[in-house]
Amino acid sequence: MSATESQTMIEMQGVYKAFGEKVVLDGVDLNVGKGQSLVIIGGSGSGKSVMLKCILGILQANSGLIKVDGKETKKMNAREQNKMMNRFGMLFQGGALFDSLKIWENVAFGLIHAKKMDREEARDIAVQKLKQVGLAPQVADLHPAELSGGMQKRVGLARAIATTPEIIFFDEPTTGLDPIMADVINDLIVDCVKDLGATALTITHDMACARKIADHVAMIYEGKIIWHGSVHALDNSGNPYVDQFIHGRADGPITKHADFKAA
Amino acid sequence: MSDAVLKTIKSLPDRFFKVCETIGRTVLLFFSSVGHLSYFTGKALKHVFSPPWYPRLLIRQCVDIGYYSLPVVGLTALFTGMVLALQSYTGFTRFNAESAVAAVVVLSVTRELAPVLAGLMVAGRVGAAIAAEIGTMRVTEQIDALTTLSVNPFKYLIVPRIIAGTLMLPVLVLIGDIIGVFGGYIVSIYTLGFSPGSYLTQTWDILERMDVISGLWKASAFGFIVTLMGCYHGFNSGRGAQGVGAATTYAVVSASILILVSNFLLTKLFFS
Repeated sequence: MSATESQTMIEMQGVYKAFGEKVVLDGVDLNVGKGQSLVIIGGSGSGKSVMLKCILGILQANSGLIKVDGKETKKMNAREQNKMMNRFGMLFQGGALFDSLKIWENVAFGLIHAKKMDREEARDIAVQKLKQVGLAPQVADLHPAELSGGMQKRVGLARAIATTPEIIFFDEPTTGLDPIMADVINDLIVDCVKDLGATALTITHDMACARKIADHVAMIYEGKIIWHGSVHALDNSGNPYVDQFIHGRADGPITKHADFKAA
Repeated sequence: MSDAVLKTIKSLPDRFFKVCETIGRTVLLFFSSVGHLSYFTGKALKHVFSPPWYPRLLIRQCVDIGYYSLPVVGLTALFTGMVLALQSYTGFTRFNAESAVAAVVVLSVTRELAPVLAGLMVAGRVGAAIAAEIGTMRVTEQIDALTTLSVNPFKYLIVPRIIAGTLMLPVLVLIGDIIGVFGGYIVSIYTLGFSPGSYLTQTWDILERMDVISGLWKASAFGFIVTLMGCYHGFNSGRGAQGVGAATTYAVVSASILILVSNFLLTKLFFS
Protein backbone atom coordinates (compact mmCIF):
# COMPACT_ATOMS: atom_id res chain seq x y z
CA MET A 1 0.00 0.00 0.00
CA SER A 2 1.45 3.38 -1.01
CA ALA A 3 1.78 6.39 1.25
CA THR A 4 -1.28 8.15 -0.19
CA GLU A 5 -3.40 5.02 0.12
CA SER A 6 -2.64 4.83 3.81
CA GLN A 7 -4.99 7.81 4.33
CA THR A 8 -8.64 6.80 4.28
CA MET A 9 -10.76 8.90 1.93
CA ILE A 10 -14.09 7.10 2.30
CA GLU A 11 -15.03 5.13 5.38
CA MET A 12 -18.24 3.19 5.97
CA GLN A 13 -19.00 1.50 9.28
CA GLY A 14 -22.05 -0.67 9.84
CA VAL A 15 -24.12 1.14 7.20
CA TYR A 16 -27.68 -0.16 7.16
CA LYS A 17 -30.31 0.82 4.63
CA ALA A 18 -33.75 -0.69 4.13
CA PHE A 19 -36.68 0.24 1.91
CA GLY A 20 -39.70 -0.79 3.96
CA GLU A 21 -39.06 -4.39 4.90
CA LYS A 22 -36.48 -4.96 2.19
CA VAL A 23 -32.98 -4.69 3.64
CA VAL A 24 -30.53 -3.55 0.96
CA LEU A 25 -27.42 -2.71 3.01
CA ASP A 26 -27.00 -4.85 6.09
CA GLY A 27 -24.04 -3.39 7.96
CA VAL A 28 -21.57 -2.42 5.25
CA ASP A 29 -17.99 -1.84 6.45
CA LEU A 30 -15.63 -0.45 3.84
CA ASN A 31 -12.55 1.77 3.59
CA VAL A 32 -11.25 3.40 0.43
CA GLY A 33 -7.74 4.83 0.61
CA LYS A 34 -6.77 8.18 -0.86
CA GLY A 35 -5.78 7.81 -4.51
CA GLN A 36 -6.99 4.22 -4.56
CA SER A 37 -9.23 2.76 -7.25
CA LEU A 38 -11.68 0.41 -5.60
CA VAL A 39 -14.13 -1.64 -7.62
CA ILE A 40 -17.17 -3.11 -5.94
CA ILE A 41 -18.54 -6.17 -7.66
CA GLY A 42 -21.82 -7.87 -6.99
CA GLY A 43 -24.92 -9.14 -8.72
CA SER A 44 -27.86 -7.05 -9.82
CA GLY A 45 -29.91 -5.91 -6.84
CA SER A 46 -27.11 -6.57 -4.35
CA GLY A 47 -27.09 -2.95 -3.14
CA LYS A 48 -24.14 -1.51 -5.07
CA SER A 49 -25.93 1.59 -6.38
CA VAL A 50 -27.68 2.20 -3.05
CA MET A 51 -24.29 2.13 -1.32
CA LEU A 52 -22.96 4.74 -3.73
CA LYS A 53 -26.02 6.94 -3.26
CA CYS A 54 -25.67 6.71 0.52
CA ILE A 55 -22.08 7.98 0.30
CA LEU A 56 -23.21 10.81 -1.97
CA GLY A 57 -26.06 11.72 0.39
CA ILE A 58 -28.70 11.16 -2.32
CA LEU A 59 -30.12 8.47 -0.02
CA GLN A 60 -29.95 8.60 3.77
CA ALA A 61 -28.71 5.44 5.50
CA ASN A 62 -30.95 4.23 8.34
CA SER A 63 -27.95 3.74 10.60
CA GLY A 64 -24.17 3.48 10.51
CA LEU A 65 -21.34 5.87 9.90
CA ILE A 66 -20.13 7.34 6.60
CA LYS A 67 -17.03 9.53 6.62
CA VAL A 68 -15.50 11.37 3.67
CA ASP A 69 -11.94 12.54 4.30
CA GLY A 70 -12.47 12.05 8.02
CA LYS A 71 -15.72 14.06 8.24
CA GLU A 72 -18.99 12.38 9.05
CA THR A 73 -21.47 13.17 6.28
CA LYS A 74 -24.57 12.96 8.49
CA LYS A 75 -23.30 15.78 10.73
CA MET A 76 -22.55 18.17 7.87
CA ASN A 77 -24.71 21.26 7.41
CA ALA A 78 -25.95 22.32 3.95
CA ARG A 79 -22.85 24.44 3.22
CA GLU A 80 -20.43 21.67 4.24
CA GLN A 81 -22.41 19.18 2.19
CA ASN A 82 -22.22 21.46 -0.81
CA LYS A 83 -18.49 21.81 -0.29
CA MET A 84 -18.16 18.04 -0.09
CA MET A 85 -20.17 17.61 -3.30
CA ASN A 86 -17.72 19.93 -5.06
CA ARG A 87 -15.05 17.31 -4.42
CA PHE A 88 -17.09 14.56 -6.11
CA GLY A 89 -17.58 13.60 -9.71
CA MET A 90 -19.92 10.89 -10.89
CA LEU A 91 -20.49 8.93 -14.05
CA PHE A 92 -24.02 7.53 -14.02
CA GLN A 93 -25.02 4.18 -15.48
CA GLY A 94 -27.32 5.71 -18.11
CA GLY A 95 -25.24 8.86 -18.52
CA ALA A 96 -27.92 11.03 -16.85
CA LEU A 97 -27.16 13.82 -19.29
CA PHE A 98 -29.54 16.79 -19.19
CA ASP A 99 -31.39 16.41 -22.47
CA SER A 100 -32.54 20.03 -22.61
CA LEU A 101 -28.92 21.23 -22.64
CA LYS A 102 -26.24 21.06 -25.30
CA ILE A 103 -23.30 18.70 -24.81
CA TRP A 104 -20.88 21.46 -23.79
CA GLU A 105 -23.45 22.83 -21.30
CA ASN A 106 -23.73 19.35 -19.80
CA VAL A 107 -19.97 19.05 -19.41
CA ALA A 108 -19.60 22.60 -18.12
CA PHE A 109 -22.62 22.37 -15.80
CA GLY A 110 -20.63 22.00 -12.58
CA LEU A 111 -18.20 24.72 -13.64
CA ILE A 112 -20.96 27.23 -14.40
CA HIS A 113 -23.31 26.50 -11.49
CA ALA A 114 -21.10 25.21 -8.70
CA LYS A 115 -17.82 26.99 -9.46
CA LYS A 116 -19.56 30.12 -10.87
CA MET A 117 -17.27 30.18 -13.89
CA ASP A 118 -17.90 32.48 -16.84
CA ARG A 119 -19.82 30.63 -19.61
CA GLU A 120 -17.21 31.29 -22.30
CA GLU A 121 -14.38 30.03 -20.12
CA ALA A 122 -16.44 27.02 -19.05
CA ARG A 123 -17.17 26.21 -22.69
CA ASP A 124 -13.45 26.19 -23.52
CA ILE A 125 -12.79 23.77 -20.65
CA ALA A 126 -15.74 21.61 -21.73
CA VAL A 127 -14.40 21.33 -25.29
CA GLN A 128 -10.98 20.44 -23.86
CA LYS A 129 -12.51 17.72 -21.66
CA LEU A 130 -14.47 16.38 -24.61
CA LYS A 131 -11.22 16.14 -26.53
CA GLN A 132 -9.68 14.31 -23.58
CA VAL A 133 -12.37 11.61 -23.84
CA GLY A 134 -11.95 11.37 -27.61
CA LEU A 135 -14.82 13.52 -28.83
CA ALA A 136 -14.48 16.15 -31.54
CA PRO A 137 -15.23 19.81 -30.72
CA GLN A 138 -18.19 19.69 -33.17
CA VAL A 139 -19.99 17.43 -30.70
CA ALA A 140 -20.12 20.31 -28.21
CA ASP A 141 -23.12 21.96 -29.86
CA LEU A 142 -25.20 18.81 -30.25
CA HIS A 143 -27.86 17.57 -27.82
CA PRO A 144 -27.54 14.24 -25.91
CA ALA A 145 -30.30 12.60 -27.99
CA GLU A 146 -28.13 13.04 -31.09
CA LEU A 147 -25.32 10.86 -29.68
CA SER A 148 -24.82 7.09 -29.50
CA GLY A 149 -24.72 5.26 -26.13
CA GLY A 150 -20.92 5.07 -26.19
CA MET A 151 -20.60 8.78 -26.96
CA GLN A 152 -23.05 9.61 -24.17
CA LYS A 153 -20.89 7.62 -21.75
CA ARG A 154 -17.85 9.62 -22.88
CA VAL A 155 -19.75 12.87 -22.35
CA GLY A 156 -20.79 11.62 -18.89
CA LEU A 157 -17.13 10.90 -18.15
CA ALA A 158 -16.10 14.35 -19.41
CA ARG A 159 -18.74 15.89 -17.11
CA ALA A 160 -17.53 13.79 -14.18
CA ILE A 161 -13.93 15.01 -14.55
CA ALA A 162 -14.68 18.59 -15.67
CA THR A 163 -14.49 20.05 -12.17
CA THR A 164 -11.24 18.12 -11.43
CA PRO A 165 -12.80 16.21 -8.53
CA GLU A 166 -10.81 14.43 -5.83
CA ILE A 167 -13.24 11.52 -5.65
CA ILE A 168 -14.94 9.98 -8.68
CA PHE A 169 -17.75 7.45 -8.66
CA PHE A 170 -18.43 5.24 -11.65
CA ASP A 171 -21.80 3.49 -11.67
CA GLU A 172 -21.68 0.54 -14.07
CA PRO A 173 -19.52 2.43 -16.59
CA THR A 174 -19.53 -0.27 -19.27
CA THR A 175 -23.12 -1.52 -19.04
CA GLY A 176 -24.86 -1.56 -22.40
CA LEU A 177 -21.70 -1.02 -24.43
CA ASP A 178 -20.09 -3.36 -26.95
CA PRO A 179 -16.79 -4.98 -25.75
CA ILE A 180 -14.57 -2.64 -27.77
CA MET A 181 -16.34 0.52 -26.60
CA ALA A 182 -16.32 -0.87 -23.05
CA ASP A 183 -12.55 -1.28 -23.25
CA VAL A 184 -12.20 2.27 -24.62
CA ILE A 185 -14.22 3.61 -21.67
CA ASN A 186 -12.13 1.55 -19.23
CA ASP A 187 -8.92 3.01 -20.69
CA LEU A 188 -10.37 6.51 -20.44
CA ILE A 189 -11.34 5.94 -16.82
CA VAL A 190 -7.84 4.70 -15.95
CA ASP A 191 -6.24 7.68 -17.73
CA CYS A 192 -8.59 10.25 -16.19
CA VAL A 193 -8.21 8.89 -12.67
CA LYS A 194 -4.42 8.73 -13.04
CA ASP A 195 -4.24 12.26 -14.49
CA LEU A 196 -6.30 13.68 -11.65
CA GLY A 197 -4.72 11.53 -8.96
CA ALA A 198 -8.26 10.99 -7.77
CA THR A 199 -9.81 8.38 -5.51
CA ALA A 200 -12.13 6.21 -7.60
CA LEU A 201 -15.01 4.04 -6.51
CA THR A 202 -16.56 1.95 -9.25
CA ILE A 203 -19.44 -0.44 -9.10
CA THR A 204 -19.78 -3.02 -11.80
CA HIS A 205 -20.49 -6.63 -12.57
CA ASP A 206 -18.28 -6.54 -15.65
CA MET A 207 -15.15 -8.45 -14.62
CA ALA A 208 -13.05 -7.16 -17.54
CA CYS A 209 -13.83 -3.63 -16.34
CA ALA A 210 -13.00 -4.53 -12.73
CA ARG A 211 -9.65 -6.10 -13.63
CA LYS A 212 -8.68 -3.15 -15.81
CA ILE A 213 -9.45 -0.24 -13.51
CA ALA A 214 -9.15 -1.64 -9.98
CA ASP A 215 -6.33 -1.48 -7.47
CA HIS A 216 -8.58 -3.19 -4.96
CA VAL A 217 -11.81 -5.13 -5.32
CA ALA A 218 -14.61 -5.68 -2.82
CA MET A 219 -17.58 -7.95 -3.27
CA ILE A 220 -21.02 -7.15 -1.91
CA TYR A 221 -23.54 -9.92 -1.36
CA GLU A 222 -26.86 -9.72 0.48
CA GLY A 223 -26.04 -6.22 1.71
CA LYS A 224 -22.65 -7.08 3.20
CA ILE A 225 -19.07 -6.78 1.99
CA ILE A 226 -18.03 -10.43 1.94
CA TRP A 227 -14.55 -10.02 0.48
CA HIS A 228 -12.09 -7.15 0.06
CA GLY A 229 -8.59 -7.45 -1.34
CA SER A 230 -6.10 -6.51 -4.03
CA VAL A 231 -7.13 -7.05 -7.64
CA HIS A 232 -4.16 -9.43 -7.98
CA ALA A 233 -5.64 -11.61 -5.23
CA LEU A 234 -9.02 -11.82 -6.97
CA ASP A 235 -8.36 -15.17 -8.67
CA ASN A 236 -7.04 -16.71 -5.45
CA SER A 237 -9.50 -15.14 -3.04
CA GLY A 238 -10.40 -18.44 -1.42
CA ASN A 239 -13.96 -17.14 -1.21
CA PRO A 240 -16.46 -19.43 -2.96
CA TYR A 241 -18.88 -16.51 -3.58
CA VAL A 242 -16.15 -14.46 -5.29
CA ASP A 243 -15.00 -17.50 -7.28
CA GLN A 244 -18.50 -18.21 -8.52
CA PHE A 245 -19.10 -14.57 -9.40
CA ILE A 246 -15.86 -13.89 -11.28
CA HIS A 247 -16.21 -17.08 -13.29
CA GLY A 248 -19.91 -16.47 -13.93
CA ARG A 249 -20.98 -19.94 -12.84
CA ALA A 250 -24.62 -20.79 -12.24
CA ASP A 251 -23.69 -23.41 -9.64
CA GLY A 252 -22.31 -22.28 -6.33
CA PRO A 253 -23.26 -20.66 -3.05
CA ILE A 254 -24.98 -17.71 -4.77
CA THR A 255 -28.45 -19.13 -5.28
CA LYS A 256 -30.11 -16.06 -6.67
CA HIS A 257 -32.28 -17.88 -9.17
CA ALA A 258 -33.12 -20.86 -6.99
CA ASP A 259 -36.83 -20.06 -7.24
CA PHE A 260 -36.75 -20.13 -11.02
CA LYS A 261 -34.75 -23.37 -10.96
CA ALA A 262 -37.21 -25.01 -8.64
CA ALA A 263 -40.08 -23.92 -10.85
CA MET B 1 -80.65 -21.86 12.58
CA SER B 2 -79.22 -23.01 9.25
CA ASP B 3 -75.49 -23.53 8.65
CA ALA B 4 -75.36 -20.70 6.12
CA VAL B 5 -76.79 -18.17 8.60
CA LEU B 6 -74.40 -19.35 11.34
CA LYS B 7 -71.48 -19.03 8.92
CA THR B 8 -72.54 -15.49 8.04
CA ILE B 9 -72.84 -14.50 11.72
CA LYS B 10 -69.41 -15.98 12.49
CA SER B 11 -67.80 -14.06 9.60
CA LEU B 12 -69.31 -10.71 10.70
CA PRO B 13 -66.41 -9.64 12.97
CA ASP B 14 -63.90 -10.45 10.18
CA ARG B 15 -65.87 -8.40 7.68
CA PHE B 16 -66.17 -5.55 10.16
CA PHE B 17 -62.40 -5.50 10.77
CA LYS B 18 -61.72 -5.66 7.02
CA VAL B 19 -63.92 -2.60 6.46
CA CYS B 20 -62.20 -0.80 9.38
CA GLU B 21 -58.82 -1.74 7.91
CA THR B 22 -59.73 -0.32 4.50
CA ILE B 23 -61.06 2.91 6.03
CA GLY B 24 -57.98 3.21 8.25
CA ARG B 25 -55.59 2.62 5.39
CA THR B 26 -57.36 5.22 3.23
CA VAL B 27 -57.34 7.82 6.02
CA LEU B 28 -53.65 7.19 6.77
CA LEU B 29 -52.78 7.41 3.08
CA PHE B 30 -54.70 10.67 2.78
CA PHE B 31 -52.94 12.28 5.75
CA SER B 32 -49.59 10.94 4.64
CA SER B 33 -50.11 12.49 1.17
CA VAL B 34 -51.20 15.81 2.71
CA GLY B 35 -48.11 15.72 4.95
CA HIS B 36 -45.79 15.01 2.03
CA LEU B 37 -47.34 17.75 -0.08
CA SER B 38 -47.18 20.28 2.80
CA TYR B 39 -43.51 19.44 3.39
CA PHE B 40 -42.77 19.77 -0.32
CA THR B 41 -44.63 23.12 -0.50
CA GLY B 42 -42.81 24.47 2.57
CA LYS B 43 -39.45 23.38 1.18
CA ALA B 44 -40.23 24.94 -2.21
CA LEU B 45 -41.31 28.24 -0.61
CA LYS B 46 -38.17 28.30 1.55
CA HIS B 47 -36.04 27.96 -1.59
CA VAL B 48 -38.05 30.66 -3.41
CA PHE B 49 -36.79 33.22 -0.89
CA SER B 50 -33.19 32.05 -0.54
CA PRO B 51 -30.34 32.37 -3.09
CA PRO B 52 -28.98 31.21 -5.46
CA TRP B 53 -31.61 32.01 -8.06
CA TYR B 54 -31.44 31.12 -11.73
CA PRO B 55 -32.79 34.12 -13.72
CA ARG B 56 -32.00 32.50 -17.09
CA LEU B 57 -34.17 29.50 -16.17
CA LEU B 58 -36.91 31.76 -14.80
CA ILE B 59 -37.11 33.68 -18.09
CA ARG B 60 -37.24 30.40 -20.02
CA GLN B 61 -40.06 29.11 -17.83
CA CYS B 62 -41.94 32.42 -18.16
CA VAL B 63 -41.77 32.05 -21.95
CA ASP B 64 -42.79 28.36 -21.79
CA ILE B 65 -45.66 28.87 -19.38
CA GLY B 66 -46.80 32.34 -20.42
CA TYR B 67 -46.08 32.93 -24.07
CA TYR B 68 -46.70 29.39 -25.34
CA SER B 69 -49.98 29.10 -23.40
CA LEU B 70 -51.30 32.27 -24.98
CA PRO B 71 -53.00 30.62 -28.03
CA VAL B 72 -54.81 28.06 -25.84
CA VAL B 73 -55.95 30.61 -23.26
CA GLY B 74 -56.83 33.18 -25.94
CA LEU B 75 -59.01 30.75 -27.93
CA THR B 76 -60.69 29.49 -24.76
CA ALA B 77 -61.48 33.05 -23.65
CA LEU B 78 -62.67 34.12 -27.10
CA PHE B 79 -65.19 31.31 -27.51
CA THR B 80 -66.27 31.47 -23.88
CA GLY B 81 -67.10 35.17 -24.29
CA MET B 82 -68.97 34.46 -27.52
CA VAL B 83 -71.00 31.59 -26.07
CA LEU B 84 -71.71 33.60 -22.93
CA ALA B 85 -73.14 36.48 -24.95
CA LEU B 86 -75.34 34.11 -26.96
CA GLN B 87 -76.60 32.17 -23.94
CA SER B 88 -77.24 35.28 -21.84
CA TYR B 89 -79.13 36.88 -24.68
CA THR B 90 -81.41 33.86 -25.30
CA GLY B 91 -82.05 33.53 -21.56
CA PHE B 92 -82.55 37.23 -20.82
CA THR B 93 -85.01 37.82 -23.66
CA ARG B 94 -87.48 35.81 -21.52
CA PHE B 95 -87.38 38.63 -18.95
CA ASN B 96 -86.89 41.48 -21.42
CA ALA B 97 -83.44 41.97 -19.84
CA GLU B 98 -81.31 41.84 -23.02
CA SER B 99 -79.50 45.00 -21.96
CA ALA B 100 -77.77 43.03 -19.17
CA VAL B 101 -75.80 40.93 -21.66
CA ALA B 102 -72.76 43.26 -21.64
CA ALA B 103 -72.68 43.28 -17.81
CA VAL B 104 -73.02 39.50 -17.56
CA VAL B 105 -70.26 38.92 -20.10
CA VAL B 106 -67.74 41.28 -18.53
CA LEU B 107 -68.40 40.25 -14.92
CA SER B 108 -68.47 36.53 -15.65
CA VAL B 109 -65.33 36.66 -17.72
CA THR B 110 -63.21 38.81 -15.39
CA ARG B 111 -64.39 37.35 -12.08
CA GLU B 112 -64.74 33.66 -12.89
CA LEU B 113 -64.44 32.28 -16.36
CA ALA B 114 -61.11 33.68 -17.48
CA PRO B 115 -59.18 32.71 -14.31
CA VAL B 116 -60.80 29.28 -13.89
CA LEU B 117 -60.73 28.24 -17.53
CA ALA B 118 -57.21 29.59 -18.03
CA GLY B 119 -56.14 27.72 -14.88
CA LEU B 120 -57.66 24.48 -16.14
CA MET B 121 -56.20 24.87 -19.63
CA VAL B 122 -52.76 25.65 -18.21
CA ALA B 123 -53.09 22.66 -15.85
CA GLY B 124 -53.59 20.46 -18.92
CA ARG B 125 -50.82 22.03 -20.97
CA VAL B 126 -48.19 23.11 -18.46
CA GLY B 127 -48.89 20.95 -15.39
CA ALA B 128 -48.73 17.78 -17.47
CA ALA B 129 -45.54 18.90 -19.24
CA ILE B 130 -43.82 19.80 -15.96
CA ALA B 131 -44.73 16.46 -14.36
CA ALA B 132 -43.58 14.52 -17.41
CA GLU B 133 -40.29 16.44 -17.71
CA ILE B 134 -39.33 16.27 -14.04
CA GLY B 135 -40.62 12.68 -13.78
CA THR B 136 -38.40 11.64 -16.69
CA MET B 137 -35.48 13.44 -15.07
CA ARG B 138 -36.14 11.47 -11.87
CA VAL B 139 -36.32 8.14 -13.73
CA THR B 140 -33.16 8.78 -15.76
CA GLU B 141 -31.20 9.92 -12.65
CA GLN B 142 -30.84 13.48 -13.96
CA ILE B 143 -32.08 14.82 -10.60
CA ASP B 144 -29.41 12.76 -8.80
CA ALA B 145 -26.88 14.13 -11.30
CA LEU B 146 -27.86 17.69 -10.31
CA THR B 147 -27.12 16.84 -6.67
CA THR B 148 -23.72 15.38 -7.53
CA LEU B 149 -22.93 18.58 -9.45
CA SER B 150 -23.58 20.64 -6.28
CA VAL B 151 -26.84 22.08 -7.63
CA ASN B 152 -29.93 21.90 -5.46
CA PRO B 153 -32.71 20.32 -7.59
CA PHE B 154 -35.33 22.38 -5.74
CA LYS B 155 -33.68 25.64 -6.67
CA TYR B 156 -32.87 24.57 -10.23
CA LEU B 157 -36.06 22.74 -11.20
CA ILE B 158 -38.89 23.66 -8.85
CA VAL B 159 -38.40 27.34 -7.92
CA PRO B 160 -38.22 28.79 -11.47
CA ARG B 161 -41.35 26.89 -12.50
CA ILE B 162 -43.37 27.92 -9.45
CA ILE B 163 -42.37 31.59 -9.73
CA ALA B 164 -43.06 31.60 -13.48
CA GLY B 165 -46.49 29.98 -13.01
CA THR B 166 -47.47 32.37 -10.22
CA LEU B 167 -46.39 35.42 -12.25
CA MET B 168 -47.48 34.43 -15.74
CA LEU B 169 -51.00 33.17 -15.15
CA PRO B 170 -52.28 36.65 -14.11
CA VAL B 171 -50.78 38.04 -17.33
CA LEU B 172 -52.51 35.32 -19.34
CA VAL B 173 -55.80 35.97 -17.54
CA LEU B 174 -55.58 39.71 -18.13
CA ILE B 175 -55.16 39.03 -21.85
CA GLY B 176 -57.93 36.41 -21.59
CA ASP B 177 -60.22 39.03 -19.97
CA ILE B 178 -59.76 41.37 -22.92
CA ILE B 179 -60.19 38.61 -25.52
CA GLY B 180 -63.24 37.17 -23.70
CA VAL B 181 -64.99 40.53 -23.53
CA PHE B 182 -64.07 41.10 -27.16
CA GLY B 183 -65.67 37.73 -28.05
CA GLY B 184 -68.90 38.79 -26.33
CA TYR B 185 -68.74 42.14 -28.14
CA ILE B 186 -68.34 40.50 -31.57
CA VAL B 187 -71.38 38.25 -31.07
CA SER B 188 -73.47 41.02 -29.51
CA ILE B 189 -72.75 43.49 -32.29
CA TYR B 190 -72.65 41.27 -35.39
CA THR B 191 -75.19 38.57 -34.44
CA LEU B 192 -77.50 40.03 -31.80
CA GLY B 193 -77.67 43.53 -33.21
CA PHE B 194 -76.45 45.56 -30.20
CA SER B 195 -75.16 49.07 -30.73
CA PRO B 196 -71.34 49.12 -30.39
CA GLY B 197 -71.30 52.38 -28.44
CA SER B 198 -73.91 51.41 -25.84
CA TYR B 199 -72.45 47.89 -25.45
CA LEU B 200 -69.01 49.31 -24.65
CA THR B 201 -70.46 51.97 -22.33
CA GLN B 202 -72.44 49.35 -20.40
CA THR B 203 -69.34 47.14 -20.16
CA TRP B 204 -67.19 49.98 -18.89
CA ASP B 205 -69.82 51.31 -16.45
CA ILE B 206 -70.47 48.00 -14.73
CA LEU B 207 -66.83 46.97 -14.43
CA GLU B 208 -65.11 47.74 -11.14
CA ARG B 209 -61.42 47.52 -10.38
CA MET B 210 -62.04 44.73 -7.86
CA ASP B 211 -63.62 42.52 -10.54
CA VAL B 212 -60.37 42.43 -12.48
CA ILE B 213 -58.06 42.40 -9.47
CA SER B 214 -59.86 39.47 -7.79
CA GLY B 215 -59.54 37.51 -11.04
CA LEU B 216 -55.83 38.23 -11.21
CA TRP B 217 -55.28 37.13 -7.60
CA LYS B 218 -57.15 33.94 -8.37
CA ALA B 219 -55.01 33.44 -11.46
CA SER B 220 -51.87 33.84 -9.41
CA ALA B 221 -53.09 31.22 -6.91
CA PHE B 222 -54.03 28.87 -9.76
CA GLY B 223 -50.63 29.35 -11.39
CA PHE B 224 -48.99 28.40 -8.11
CA ILE B 225 -51.23 25.33 -7.74
CA VAL B 226 -50.66 24.10 -11.32
CA THR B 227 -46.87 24.38 -11.18
CA LEU B 228 -46.65 23.04 -7.63
CA MET B 229 -48.70 19.96 -8.53
CA GLY B 230 -46.67 19.37 -11.70
CA CYS B 231 -43.41 19.66 -9.78
CA TYR B 232 -44.59 17.58 -6.80
CA HIS B 233 -45.88 14.65 -8.83
CA GLY B 234 -42.94 14.76 -11.24
CA PHE B 235 -40.38 14.95 -8.44
CA ASN B 236 -41.96 11.97 -6.66
CA SER B 237 -42.62 10.04 -9.84
CA GLY B 238 -42.48 6.25 -9.77
CA ARG B 239 -40.09 4.25 -11.89
CA GLY B 240 -40.44 3.69 -15.62
CA ALA B 241 -42.86 4.94 -18.23
CA GLN B 242 -45.83 3.90 -16.10
CA GLY B 243 -44.59 5.98 -13.17
CA VAL B 244 -44.14 9.07 -15.34
CA GLY B 245 -47.56 8.53 -16.95
CA ALA B 246 -49.21 8.26 -13.54
CA ALA B 247 -47.37 11.38 -12.32
CA THR B 248 -48.70 13.32 -15.31
CA THR B 249 -52.26 12.18 -14.68
CA TYR B 250 -52.09 12.97 -10.95
CA ALA B 251 -50.62 16.41 -11.70
CA VAL B 252 -53.50 17.40 -14.00
CA VAL B 253 -56.28 15.86 -11.92
CA SER B 254 -55.07 17.20 -8.56
CA ALA B 255 -54.39 20.68 -10.00
CA SER B 256 -57.86 20.80 -11.60
CA ILE B 257 -59.59 19.77 -8.38
CA LEU B 258 -57.56 22.19 -6.27
CA ILE B 259 -58.31 25.02 -8.72
CA LEU B 260 -62.06 24.43 -8.38
CA VAL B 261 -61.92 24.15 -4.58
CA SER B 262 -59.66 27.17 -4.11
CA ASN B 263 -61.81 29.15 -6.57
CA PHE B 264 -64.76 28.74 -4.22
CA LEU B 265 -62.69 29.74 -1.18
CA LEU B 266 -61.17 32.75 -2.92
CA THR B 267 -64.57 33.89 -4.23
CA LYS B 268 -65.92 33.67 -0.69
CA LEU B 269 -62.93 35.65 0.54
CA PHE B 270 -63.25 38.41 -2.07
CA PHE B 271 -67.01 38.81 -2.39
CA SER B 272 -68.69 37.78 0.85
